[in-house]
Amino acid sequence: MPVGDSFDELLRTYYKGKHLADSISTAEDKWTLLPMFLKVKGLVKQHIDSFNYFIDVDLKKIVKANERVLSDADPQFFLRYLDIRVGTPERLDIESNAEITPNECRLRDLTYAAPIFVDVEYSRGKQVVRKRAVNIGRLPIMLRSNKCVLSGKGEMDMARLNECPLDPGGYFVVNGTEKVILVQEQLSKNRIIVENDAKKGVVQASVTSSTHERKSKTYIISKKGCIYLRHNSIVDDMPIVLVLKAMGIQSDHEILLLVAGTDMVYQDTFSINFEESSKLKVFSQQQALEYLGARVRKQRFIGPMKQRTTVQEALQCLADIVLAHVYVENLNFRPKAMYLAFMTRRVVMAMTDPSLVDDRDYVGNKRLELAGQLLSLLFEDLFKKFNSDMKLNIDKVLKKPNRTEEFDASTLLYTGANLITQGMNRAISTGNWSLKRFKMERAGVTHVLSRLSYISALGMMTRISSQFEKTRKVSGPRALQPSQFGLLCPSDTPEGEACGLVKNLALMTHITTDDEEEPIKKLVFALGAEDATILTGHELYAPGAYIIFINGTLHGLTRFPMKFLRSFRRLRRNGKISEFISIYVNHHHNGVHIATDGGRICRPLIIVENGRSKVTPRYLKSLAAGRTVFEDFLKKGLVEYVDCNEENDAYIAVYEQEITESTTHLEIEPFTLLGAVAGLIPYPHHNQSPRNTYQCAMGKQAIGAIAYNQFLRIDTLLYLMVYPQQPMVKTRTIELIQYDKLPAGQSAIVAVMSYSGYDIEDALVLNKASLDRGFGRCQVFRKYSTILRKYQNGAADRIGDIKRELSKDPENPDELVPIRKHVALQADGLAAVGEKISAGEVYVNKQTPVNTSNAPTLLSDGPPLDEFKDAPMTYKLHDHAYIDKVLVSTSESEQTLIKVLTRQTRRPELGDKFSSRHGQKGVCGIIARQEDMPFSDTGIIPDIIMNPHGFPSRMTVGKMIELLAGKAGVLSGKLQYGTAFGGSKVDDMAKILVDNGFSYSGKDFVTSGITGESLEAYIFFGPIYYQKLKHMVQDKMHSRARGPRAILTRQPTEGRSRDGGLRLGEMERDCLIAYGASQLLLERLMLSSDVHEIDLCEMCGLMGHSNWCTTCQSSKGVVKMKIPYAAKLLIQELLSMNVLARIRLEDVFPYGEK
Amino acid sequence: MPASINRRNVVGVNAETVTNVSSTDFPGHWPGEDHSWNIKHFRRTFKVKFCRNTPLLSQFDLIHTDAAIANTLRRIMIAEVPTLAIESVYVSNNTSIIQDEVLAHRLGLIPLRGDKDALKGLSWYLRGEDPTPHEPTDEDTIVLHLKKTCERNPDAKKTDTNPDKLYTNHHVYASDLVFEPAGCQIKSFGHDPVRAANPDILIAKLRPGQEIDLTMHCIKGIGQDHAKFSPVATASYRLLPDIRIKKPIRGKAADRFAACFPKGVIAVRERKDGEKEAVVDNVRNDTVSREVLRHDEFKGMVELGRVRDHFIFLVESTGQLDADEIFLSAVGTLKAKTINLKRDIYKMLRKQALDAKRARRAENPDAGEEGDAMDTQ
Repeated sequence: MPVGDSFDELLRTYYKGKHLADSISTAEDKWTLLPMFLKVKGLVKQHIDSFNYFIDVDLKKIVKANERVLSDADPQFFLRYLDIRVGTPERLDIESNAEITPNECRLRDLTYAAPIFVDVEYSRGKQVVRKRAVNIGRLPIMLRSNKCVLSGKGEMDMARLNECPLDPGGYFVVNGTEKVILVQEQLSKNRIIVENDAKKGVVQASVTSSTHERKSKTYIISKKGCIYLRHNSIVDDMPIVLVLKAMGIQSDHEILLLVAGTDMVYQDTFSINFEESSKLKVFSQQQALEYLGARVRKQRFIGPMKQRTTVQEALQCLADIVLAHVYVENLNFRPKAMYLAFMTRRVVMAMTDPSLVDDRDYVGNKRLELAGQLLSLLFEDLFKKFNSDMKLNIDKVLKKPNRTEEFDASTLLYTGANLITQGMNRAISTGNWSLKRFKMERAGVTHVLSRLSYISALGMMTRISSQFEKTRKVSGPRALQPSQFGLLCPSDTPEGEACGLVKNLALMTHITTDDEEEPIKKLVFALGAEDATILTGHELYAPGAYIIFINGTLHGLTRFPMKFLRSFRRLRRNGKISEFISIYVNHHHNGVHIATDGGRICRPLIIVENGRSKVTPRYLKSLAAGRTVFEDFLKKGLVEYVDCNEENDAYIAVYEQEITESTTHLEIEPFTLLGAVAGLIPYPHHNQSPRNTYQCAMGKQAIGAIAYNQFLRIDTLLYLMVYPQQPMVKTRTIELIQYDKLPAGQSAIVAVMSYSGYDIEDALVLNKASLDRGFGRCQVFRKYSTILRKYQNGAADRIGDIKRELSKDPENPDELVPIRKHVALQADGLAAVGEKISAGEVYVNKQTPVNTSNAPTLLSDGPPLDEFKDAPMTYKLHDHAYIDKVLVSTSESEQTLIKVLTRQTRRPELGDKFSSRHGQKGVCGIIARQEDMPFSDTGIIPDIIMNPHGFPSRMTVGKMIELLAGKAGVLSGKLQYGTAFGGSKVDDMAKILVDNGFSYSGKDFVTSGITGESLEAYIFFGPIYYQKLKHMVQDKMHSRARGPRAILTRQPTEGRSRDGGLRLGEMERDCLIAYGASQLLLERLMLSSDVHEIDLCEMCGLMGHSNWCTTCQSSKGVVKMKIPYAAKLLIQELLSMNVLARIRLEDVFPYGEK
Repeated sequence: MPASINRRNVVGVNAETVTNVSSTDFPGHWPGEDHSWNIKHFRRTFKVKFCRNTPLLSQFDLIHTDAAIANTLRRIMIAEVPTLAIESVYVSNNTSIIQDEVLAHRLGLIPLRGDKDALKGLSWYLRGEDPTPHEPTDEDTIVLHLKKTCERNPDAKKTDTNPDKLYTNHHVYASDLVFEPAGCQIKSFGHDPVRAANPDILIAKLRPGQEIDLTMHCIKGIGQDHAKFSPVATASYRLLPDIRIKKPIRGKAADRFAACFPKGVIAVRERKDGEKEAVVDNVRNDTVSREVLRHDEFKGMVELGRVRDHFIFLVESTGQLDADEIFLSAVGTLKAKTINLKRDIYKMLRKQALDAKRARRAENPDAGEEGDAMDTQ
């Protein structure tokens, strides 16, 4: 059970009031599959699955591929890895063997990592030694993965470990910070993509081959009607016929058939290519190889390499580098030649029919790279480096002719362990993925998990970042793709430059991991397919014949594609092959595609056969009773995973009543097409779509509860709401992601009306009494940390005593009291918990030794070791805070770590930002007194008054329905649902309102609180869930009259944190120039900024000083004038570059002239 | 009642608008009618009727007065009737998970009660300026204590998971506030000590080893300053609804008509000819949902309204003062305010007259006429 006990309760609530004997209809209750799905999969299961796959499968594969370490010095020597395992996370300090918990790592700035053990076999002299469980480094462990201490723990255990059971996991704790490896979106590997560049008139097919050894990109391009092969390792574009000949297909006819089949049009288009190779006088394989070998780019090899002939060079290049993913065994080029021919055919097809190009943005052509894959790339690189380093060391030792003792290689294993540990840690903590093998240099792979709110953390775990450049102005990759349906959330994307490039997963998605290809290859033949490699183009492209591709590579041929498809799917539905293997037909180029690779997004759908849903009430009943789980539905073939490509083969009904004869699948629930963050919005299907997108961005800034362990954490900055409430109008998604348990907002009674002039431009009027009673009250926690450093010379930082002075109190003048800066400190030199701390006060009275560099000797006269200077941590913010926690611990490097957490409690004030769940944000414009506010017949006074002008242009009808449903919910004492494409119906809500004596419209008879007379209109009045956003006036308010200046330019500093000035920018300056306010300009730009008086010599135009011109050696023409210091600086800097600037003065209004 | 209603005094309740909101009984509005203020007339017509009166809730009607007066009373009840509430919290120890500020805020909002006369006799606590803060005395400050330590229940079974059985003192309730009378308070609050009005307000939850130890100072304040000083949970009024059936509604339509209103508003009576007819029964029960206006079949048959000078007050006390006392206290405050206003106006007028006289003399000691002319301009 991944999430623990909480899910049981969740499942129970759905059946509250519904007994087992009650009728269950599939139409209404099939959505109960969804919580079951999430129970199995969890919200961030993709990360965890991928990491588990890395630990359990990939790690072993990597070691298998690099299992041998040999020595150049001693041919007898060998070292072989037999196995690799990852242990459980353990602590590095030895004093205690207690299990280390993630929260301890967070608090103590440790890395949550587990040791990697290998079993090795190596030669020592003449014996072969085996060693088990040799530690070769530490691997950061993903929280809630199989190796994590949290896996399989219930709510009680989680509480004992100081962990939040609702925390999704899926991230790492490295040096105390939580790091997420974002999902990366890429174009799929090892697949042919045909593109058309209309401008250049070029059609090209490209494949990014990716194997463990190599990554390379191969292009087949058409230039002026001729087709070439282009590859990085070949200098020129190679005519395709030449390449095919080099691969051993020497007959022109065979080439023609393999590329064009019997189609006359294709043959005509292609035949021109034969000309080129004959022009080059290449007719045989030998000639082709020689021609090619001369043009292969030489690789720089490390170490001695035997000389090869050009033919060998060409063979090696074709076999290993070009299309590296199609393996060549025993120089049998047939499969690779056919692959190349098929690529060429795709180009030829696209040349004759431009509509046959592929869409790069189509979700089916994309693969998602997850933490596991990225880590495995990194680990393989580090492991290779580790082995090659070890080899060098072994060589070094074995080279020595006489050794005193037998060389034991296992000692080297231990010494190199730091390489892997450090490499992993550095990559995850900096986010720089640099892989030497692939020359890959990627920055920003990891991000700090945002703990602003529960939703922001959750949103981060489902985020997908695209490799596409943000600066390019193309709309294609950013646009909403129809193929995203159900896989990627249509609403949740940021605004601005990353719009459409950063996406989020929909609620019910799964990302596949790699599956074995070999059994599928055998299965294809067992299902009656012919081997494609032995066929000619004549048969391959015969009408009615379909080529079977496995992961994009030609494999077999069938004449009965539909039958093949059906039997393949039947096997999958019976659980004989993995449920994540997809199969679909592409009728455009007569292919049956089977995909087993990882990184495809797929989602479960209910199977429909013969016009009937296979999930019947009987199954749902047993699901409700807990007799079956989601996996049983998969095993029984009631539900299956369908990826984007296979979706194209399916005919999916959204609702059960829409099923027809040809329907193949039934949607589990339509609202799952939205993601976790968009799922918070009630009635999103009634809103204008950008509003939902805005809310997705704002939901992440809402202040609320972030985790059950929020008071046990020490975060750099943490915002918490004092009294968060779960929304009155929930959605199913809210329950599924358990937002109702960690909410971020409060239900406010809202009156939609105009009140005073302080509510224009979306400003809100808040009720003072509501604020008095705790509405919108929030807390801000800030962390300040320091390390008591130990220095090389033995000196160390320390915490000093409180300084005291004589009391100023006249009553007891002899008493010693702490000086004002030290009032918050206790005897231990740390601020006391609960103490108020204001600007300028010390909270850690740290002192550093004066001498930190050299150890004092008897002769040296350096400062002694026991002399200290104050280096206190001083509270700098203007607004006071309280000390919430003080933590004293040791870090990994045995240095004392001190963390101080301060707390501020804030009530909303003028200018604080609030937002409803419909992308409608506003700041508080005025805080009105309770008695001044309007009241309804029942005596209810609104918490918030919202201006009605917010509605017409925004068209957030969902907000109005939320109010209605909320009001009905309050009156009937029930929570209402605003689930997308469903939810409580407006008619039902109106009925509840009328039954309770309210108007059906939600509009109430309201009396003014100022005049006491009734208002002349009815007021839309009821509860709406409001979020307080993190932008608060207190953090932004800033003004200055005089203050600090920058040292270099003597201009006022910039920014609130430096108490900077407010800039009169270019545009403001332009206004003043246009207006002609020259004196104002002079004052703003010079006098109030960096005015400086210089002594200028009128004769030479250079600056002097003290009324003396150093150039002219006279004071004759020296005058004083005021210029900006920056100007003076510029002149002097120019001077230093040998550019002389002279200032010549003239009178603007000269004397004596008229 | 309906017969006596002056149609001028009816606020029109239409489907989407409310009309005739303001009163018109002021001089000069109706030609030929005298609406000048008349104490005798007011005394004759003005009525206060109590419908319900319990300590925590009272409902009463104010009939034949202006909205301004009713509203003033409502506003005073919310914002200006003084009560006692916790103002300062001195935390000696608080190891619970609830932070000091939040705890103090929660404590402040707890309604207190105690001997009413003694509370009334309490004087205002004036904070004073910073260098010389005012020392609290027994005349203006009430001191409360709260001390609670949670412990494990030694008798609990090991298998128990219920916190109520596992721990003792793990809930801090408002009833745990302990009054510490000082000086004259010992006598004045002797029979009725200061305590929480609702003893079962949960203040905090504790776990073994956690402790709360605080001293609180309560002072007198008004709702304008902070909502915790407001004596009412709600004090509001609504106008008496008015339903006028213009055409008789008979037969089955009568039942449908009655269903458009809350129970008891419309009665369906049987006429002599055996046909049913809808008649207005108790308009007070109507909630003005305007449901009837949605139905086309009753279009033009009914006119909804509200009586502009009939205010149905609802006052809910938080527990310190009785609901009716709050109202009386509000009336008293209003009276004091008007007296003050009157005095100040007299003062102002006198000063004005004096100033004018002085100015005239100073400006033009011989000819006073011109100065007068200037003034009138």
